[in-house]
Amino acid sequence: MSRISRRDALKRGLFGLAGVASAASVAKASTLGTHVDPHTVMTGGLPAGAGIDPTAFLTDFDYGVVSKRANGQTVREYRITSVDRTIEIMPGLFYAAWTFNGQVPGPTLRCTEGDLIRVHFTNAGTHPHSMHFHGFHPAGMDGVFEQIPPGGAFLYEFEARPFGLQLYHCHTMPLKRHIAKGLYGAMIIDPRQGRPPAHEMVMVMNGFDVNFDGENEVYAVNTVPFAYQSQPIPLKRGELNRIYLVNVLEFDLINSLHIHGNFFNLFRTGTSLAPHEFTDTVSMGQGERHIVEFTYDRPGKFMFHAHQSEFAELGWMGLFDVNPGEIA
Amino acid sequence: MKRWGWFLLPLALLALLSLVVVKGGTLSRLARGLPPVEELTVDRVRLTPGHITLDIVNGGPDPVTVAQVMVDEAFWTHTMTPERTVPRLGRAQIEIPYPWVEGEPHHIKLLTATGITFDHEIAVATETPKADSGYFLTFSLIGLYVGVLPVAIGLLWLPFLKRLDRRWIHFALALTAGLLVFLAVEALHEALELADRVAGAFQGTGLVALGAFGAWLTLQAFSGIGKSDTNNPGAARLRLAFLIALGIGLHNLGEGLAIGAAYAQGAVTLGSFLIVGFMIHNTTEGLGIVAPIAQDSPSLRNLALAGLLAGAPTIVGAWLGGLAYSPLLGTVCMAVGAGAILQVVGVLYKAVAQEAGESVWSPLNAVGVAAGLVIMYGTGLLVAQ
Repeated sequence: MSRISRRDALKRGLFGLAGVASAASVAKASTLGTHVDPHTVMTGGLPAGAGIDPTAFLTDFDYGVVSKRANGQTVREYRITSVDRTIEIMPGLFYAAWTFNGQVPGPTLRCTEGDLIRVHFTNAGTHPHSMHFHGFHPAGMDGVFEQIPPGGAFLYEFEARPFGLQLYHCHTMPLKRHIAKGLYGAMIIDPRQGRPPAHEMVMVMNGFDVNFDGENEVYAVNTVPFAYQSQPIPLKRGELNRIYLVNVLEFDLINSLHIHGNFFNLFRTGTSLAPHEFTDTVSMGQGERHIVEFTYDRPGKFMFHAHQSEFAELGWMGLFDVNPGEIA
Repeated sequence: MKRWGWFLLPLALLALLSLVVVKGGTLSRLARGLPPVEELTVDRVRLTPGHITLDIVNGGPDPVTVAQVMVDEAFWTHTMTPERTVPRLGRAQIEIPYPWVEGEPHHIKLLTATGITFDHEIAVATETPKADSGYFLTFSLIGLYVGVLPVAIGLLWLPFLKRLDRRWIHFALALTAGLLVFLAVEALHEALELADRVAGAFQGTGLVALGAFGAWLTLQAFSGIGKSDTNNPGAARLRLAFLIALGIGLHNLGEGLAIGAAYAQGAVTLGSFLIVGFMIHNTTEGLGIVAPIAQDSPSLRNLALAGLLAGAPTIVGAWLGGLAYSPLLGTVCMAVGAGAILQVVGVLYKAVAQEAGESVWSPLNAVGVAAGLVIMYGTGLLVAQ
């Protein structure tokens, strides 16, 4: 086999660049030398049948139906139904998911510490399911021993404690399959005194083993790979941003968040009002969640992604678009 | 007329039954609403600077839609023609602009709409040759080195064979049979191995049976034509020599195809050692051609023709292998080669048996066959990758 000469290498390099350039022109990105957006090129944009709008999901909080008890305690009632639904994860890629309320992740439940939570759960799926909430609650509300058969219903009732970022998911065996198929969601329990005002976003880091070989083929935040590259998240210069970051990735032991051009305050599990750490990358095991706060002072596009580059290129990357306008 | 009526009756019933099955809805009990069984095979990969092009074949029972393409565990931009859905037995082309790295492996994964994945590994990335004059020169040289020249050199054993008595001529023929049996087994193995990579619907193993027996039957039928001329044993021996040359030629077509493809894909490095190995390995093939005509004085023209018949297909094979290699083509070529050679072994046996009668399996002849196998094995060590 011929060894490649320096001249050839140079020529090849030029051809290579030309290739990238032609790809870029497809995406209407740019000419050589400027930033090339690889995302839309990679996947062909957003899928039509994802079951959620990734941008809307960021700020979609379900506060439930609110009422007051005689003792002044706030009661929040939620209706959650598990349904089988085939979702289009990427353009043209369909996955037979199990969902809470027809969406993956399930709705983000939001309440305040001390509220009485009532979740009316109905199983409209084809397998037994349950809801297991992280937090303090009686054993009978744990969703492990009370399996709800198809067609069955259950009322979960507990006081929202402790404040922080919690997770809920199906706890039916085989557990891995029930979680990986999409039965999970975030639950935010706000502290009584609240948190400083901020632009808040929910990001559930997940993935899909579409060929069921025990490994993920697709990675994302909020289900749709490259979603926030196709539609960068607009941020205001100088405004405090708060991400409720949940890791429910199955099969891979670790996941992470890294943001570009900035550092963030990290509140582990959101259970303290004082930050634990000031960093730009945080690694998280399965089921871990953290609250992340940061402010951008400079305008422009900044990437955020898993620092497992493999996850990033398989879908878990996105962009913040910091507005050059007035400082908030 | 009545006879044909009885012939057509079962066919008519079959057509009627098919209609009932398709239209009658009786199949609804058998349909299980399961996802389709998908099968995609990457037939061929072409690498040009900054680009990877895949030819894919749908060898499964259902149409397959390719949703996404991953290169080295990253979703990648690509275009697919004529469309994303490949019909049963259909083909499509996927073009991926990708900065592949010379000399390194790359992994491609096709993700279908139902989430099934199909993997293909590019073992060593190297630019796919273009069909220009340089290409033909290079690949002709390969064919010349590993096919034509070694066979021609082998033919030069003729004067030596002339000086041997009948016993040793038979030994030489037995040796030839041994060489050929070795080649046939090798070709058959190669064919069956390649058959695994042929898209399912094209039934690789069936192709091997078809190719091998097809070649065997064709040669068998042709070698019978004009054989009535039994009072000219010299012509019969020359015919045998040409038959051996043809069998070897068909085998060498497959061999050239494999070498050309491997060279073009960067899977082998044709160093001087390997070339020398192939030369020694194939020189024995020339010996096989002249063994039956050792007692005659064949014209130089006939000798040259037989040599070309055996050696030149290597060049054609190398051209094809570099340009249009596919597992399907490789399987057919190897199977045809195996069948052709086995037919020649049969003819050799008959030739010796006619002369030697009862003593066809004399110890000397048996040793000859064994020696042929051993020589091929020994020289085969030189070309082992």
